[in-house]
Amino acid sequence: MPENTNTEKEKPRIGVFICHCGSNIGGFVDVKAVTEYASTLPDVAYATDNLYTCAEDGLNNIKESIKEHNLNRVVVSSCTPRTHAPLFQRTCEAAGVNKYMFTFVNIREHCSWVHMKQKEKATQKAKDLVRMGVARARFLEPQEETKVDVTPVALVVGGGVSGMTAALSLANMGFPVHLVEKEKALGGFVKNLHGLMMTTKSANETIKPLIDKVDAHKNITQHLSSHLASVEGFIGNYDVSIGGDGAEAKDVKVGTIIVATGAVPLVPEGLFGYKEHPNIITSTEFEELCNKKELPKLKSVAFIQCAGARGQKVSYCSRICCNVAIKSAISIAENRDNMLGVTEEEGGVVEEPVAEKKAEDEGLDRRRRRRGRGRREEGEAGEESAPSSGVDITVFNRDVMAYGVENELEFNKAREKRVKFIRYVPDNLPKVSVKDGKLEVEYFHETLKMERTMPVDMVILSTPLVAQPDAATLSQLLKVPLGQEGFFQEAHVKLRPVDFATDGVYVCGTCRGPADIAEAVYQAAAAASRAAIPLANGFVQAEALTSRVDETKCTGCGTCVEVCPYGALRKSEEGISEVIAAACKGCGCCGATCPEGAITMTHYTDLQLLAEAKAALEEV
Amino acid sequence: MTEKKHHTAHHGKKKGEADKEWEPKIVGFLCNWCSYAGADLCGVSRFQYPTNIRLVRVMCSTRVSPHLVLEVFEAGADGILIGGCHLNDCHYMTGNFHTEKRVNLMKKLLREAGIDEGRLRLEWVSASEGEKFSKVVTEFTEEIQKLGQSKVHADDMVKAKVAAADDASETFRLKALVGKEFNLLDKGNAYGDKLDPEKFRGIIDAATEDEFERALILELARIRPMSVKQLGMVMDTPTDRILRHIVLLRQNSKIAMEHPEGFTPVYKTVAIGGEQ
Ligand SMILES: Cc1cc2nc3c(=O)[nH]c(=O)nc-3n(C[C@H](O)[C@H](O)[C@H](O)COP(=O)(O)OP(=O)(O)OC[C@H]3O[C@@H](n4cnc5c(N)ncnc54)[C@H](O)[C@@H]3O)c2cc1C
Ligand code: SF4
Ligand code: SF4
Repeated sequence: MPENTNTEKEKPRIGVFICHCGSNIGGFVDVKAVTEYASTLPDVAYATDNLYTCAEDGLNNIKESIKEHNLNRVVVSSCTPRTHAPLFQRTCEAAGVNKYMFTFVNIREHCSWVHMKQKEKATQKAKDLVRMGVARARFLEPQEETKVDVTPVALVVGGGVSGMTAALSLANMGFPVHLVEKEKALGGFVKNLHGLMMTTKSANETIKPLIDKVDAHKNITQHLSSHLASVEGFIGNYDVSIGGDGAEAKDVKVGTIIVATGAVPLVPEGLFGYKEHPNIITSTEFEELCNKKELPKLKSVAFIQCAGARGQKVSYCSRICCNVAIKSAISIAENRDNMLGVTEEEGGVVEEPVAEKKAEDEGLDRRRRRRGRGRREEGEAGEESAPSSGVDITVFNRDVMAYGVENELEFNKAREKRVKFIRYVPDNLPKVSVKDGKLEVEYFHETLKMERTMPVDMVILSTPLVAQPDAATLSQLLKVPLGQEGFFQEAHVKLRPVDFATDGVYVCGTCRGPADIAEAVYQAAAAASRAAIPLANGFVQAEALTSRVDETKCTGCGTCVEVCPYGALRKSEEGISEVIAAACKGCGCCGATCPEGAITMTHYTDLQLLAEAKAALEEV
Repeated sequence: MTEKKHHTAHHGKKKGEADKEWEPKIVGFLCNWCSYAGADLCGVSRFQYPTNIRLVRVMCSTRVSPHLVLEVFEAGADGILIGGCHLNDCHYMTGNFHTEKRVNLMKKLLREAGIDEGRLRLEWVSASEGEKFSKVVTEFTEEIQKLGQSKVHADDMVKAKVAAADDASETFRLKALVGKEFNLLDKGNAYGDKLDPEKFRGIIDAATEDEFERALILELARIRPMSVKQLGMVMDTPTDRILRHIVLLRQNSKIAMEHPEGFTPVYKTVAIGGEQ
């Protein structure tokens, strides 16, 4: 058997350490009997029991016994490898035994704790488990962990707020960064926006300093009007070819990659009369009209929230739209920058005097007291006078997602400005119709329990952000997954929100799901710091739990390359499969798949697993 | 196919087996990240279950090749449990989708070998499903208790069939088909087309039957040379099918004909490598 050559080299001398874990094991399993049994097993040179193997005493006992009995393999029979394996492996290494010559046997979680009323049977099972561990240990082989150098250069894909922030963070840490943007200018989606929430500065003014810093940074190389043409390699060593419009492709070598390609707003084809009248527009189109100063004359505006979201075209809540609508409603109410194009004769620009605001605040307080908290977002149509700009503003919503401290303040501010929030239920959506060239919103007033009609000059549809249409292409290039909604999918929703499962590739901004600018910036800073770790270390160390291809057996059929979820296998120049150790995670899929039996899983070989499993069946 | 309950043992029981009360021997292969962690939580929460199962840890359920499972059955396991993460929760993203396809093949091969497929169970147990783990093990142990002791040690034909199932699972054709199944059916090929799953499964089923029969011929003809007719009888398979297999096996030099004068030709498996 080629898998196990070491037995000739070095006869196994196995030490078995069986733990009482106080009474956790000792109370339900006859540990002495198990230890005695262990000492009779083939190749066991020494077996002992410890009160607590993981305590100082126990660990010293392992180290001393290795020396005294010349052990070359260690079996610890105690709790779970998921928490304690690293500790015992370090102990072995400290005494000169390779950490891959260690085997863990779980007789606590998988035995004493689950068979608490059957001491005899539990003891028998513990013996069997120890026998299995010893059987495995006999076939262990020492392994070297691979250390791979990392090219200390980063690549950021997407030049929006998040991509720029990530690039700048990395550049400030001293790493050269390639920033690839498919448009001809940096800025991303924010370029299309007029004002931003919580600030009176325009969107373009707000991001200008960021763009300027990126432009000025000597560590950042911009590749505008460009895209990734190809990506080869793995963490620390990516060969990336950047294609430009008509230009020759540029090849760069990078160590880590950040995906920050953003999202696009849904086009609400067939929803709420979109395109049936020039004044039925999306919130994005509204921002564009404001920027171009092309808003038509308005006396009344209706926003419709969740247009296409939450079960209509997409299932999720797009997170930003309520706050975007609140922002736009406030700017209309204030006629910010005279966006409504009001002339002197018509009454001029409305910038609210402080006194009026105070009076309004008091008015609001009174109203609150009157209505109670439960219905606070319910503005009754016609009950109050119009905002000071003279435009009636209504936000039709399922519920207002003005989460957090600042958004809630903005929401209150909108209400102070007499923006009306009217609720609808998903079974009874508001209907937009065009009558004699005029717009009308028909809706069911949930509080008054009656159908109503509201004539308006403009309907603004708050449509959700959806995934970039070409996200799948990038996902395939980088071998990172997309979730069900087409956004990039992080490694772990809670604990690893800016990592991909594939080491070396990270994600931030709206390409991961809807987010506002501040959130995109947090994520970008986080992704940059994650991406900097391998760059700063200068190397990555991979556990030796990788696959190995036997070149004499491999026929180059490529099945393994297809199934590996990490792109850790590739065809060599000879057409034979080879493993990229730094990228392989050791799942074993390729090994179980290879039709030629050419792949061995290090540390989980057939020989080791079969020895362990078959030992369970021995009659004793 | 269900197992025949009453069998005349070809070789009798191993000594000692008869007088000891039979206890099911169950092996569990659990993935490190979900099921093994679930089994740990089960322990931490002190949910009790029968003592019959012996657990083997693998990094991912996708590691559990049909060969591992079938060889452990061949060694006498009464039941085998494979535990993985729930679909779409795999630590390695798509590992357990491949596991599912492989388990389908294992079950097919067990059916071919006349072993009740209930002896193999695939369960998704997450790291937080400690109680579920105890339920799964309890139920499975009861089920194996009902199915009774594995016959591999008592009946040479059963053993030969399980060995044949194991060999069949290792053939290029079955491994390549099942290896590509997930990508072809669920992810589409390079052009984004998806195959018709029914059709593809049909292809795998037919291939499984063929490969199993061929492996069984080799298994039986290794023990002693046999004629087409004898093979047909022992295997309960039409002789034209046997003959078709023999022709192919001879082409691939896996089987040799002996034709003593005046006797029907018999076939003997060609020994390869270290085999006798
Ligand atoms: C109507 C509307 C109003 C909004 N108002 C506000 C607001 O008031 N306040 C607020 O905080 N947020 C607001 N937002 C949200 C804000 O736009 C996002 O938070 C922000 O744009 C996210 O930045 P990003 O860098 O992640 O993505 P984006 O800004 O979308 O940038 C992504 C960049 O990547 C580029 N790109 C895409 N694919 C590729 C590729 N394959 N290769 C190279 N480059 C690529 C794109 O061209 C783009 O430049 C609003 C959103 C909408 C839709
Ligand atoms: S699956 Fe096996 S034979 Fe095919 S390329 Fe990979 S290692 Fe080689
Ligand atoms: S073990 Fe898993 S990660 Fe490693 S090469 Fe094989 S399929 Fe890829």
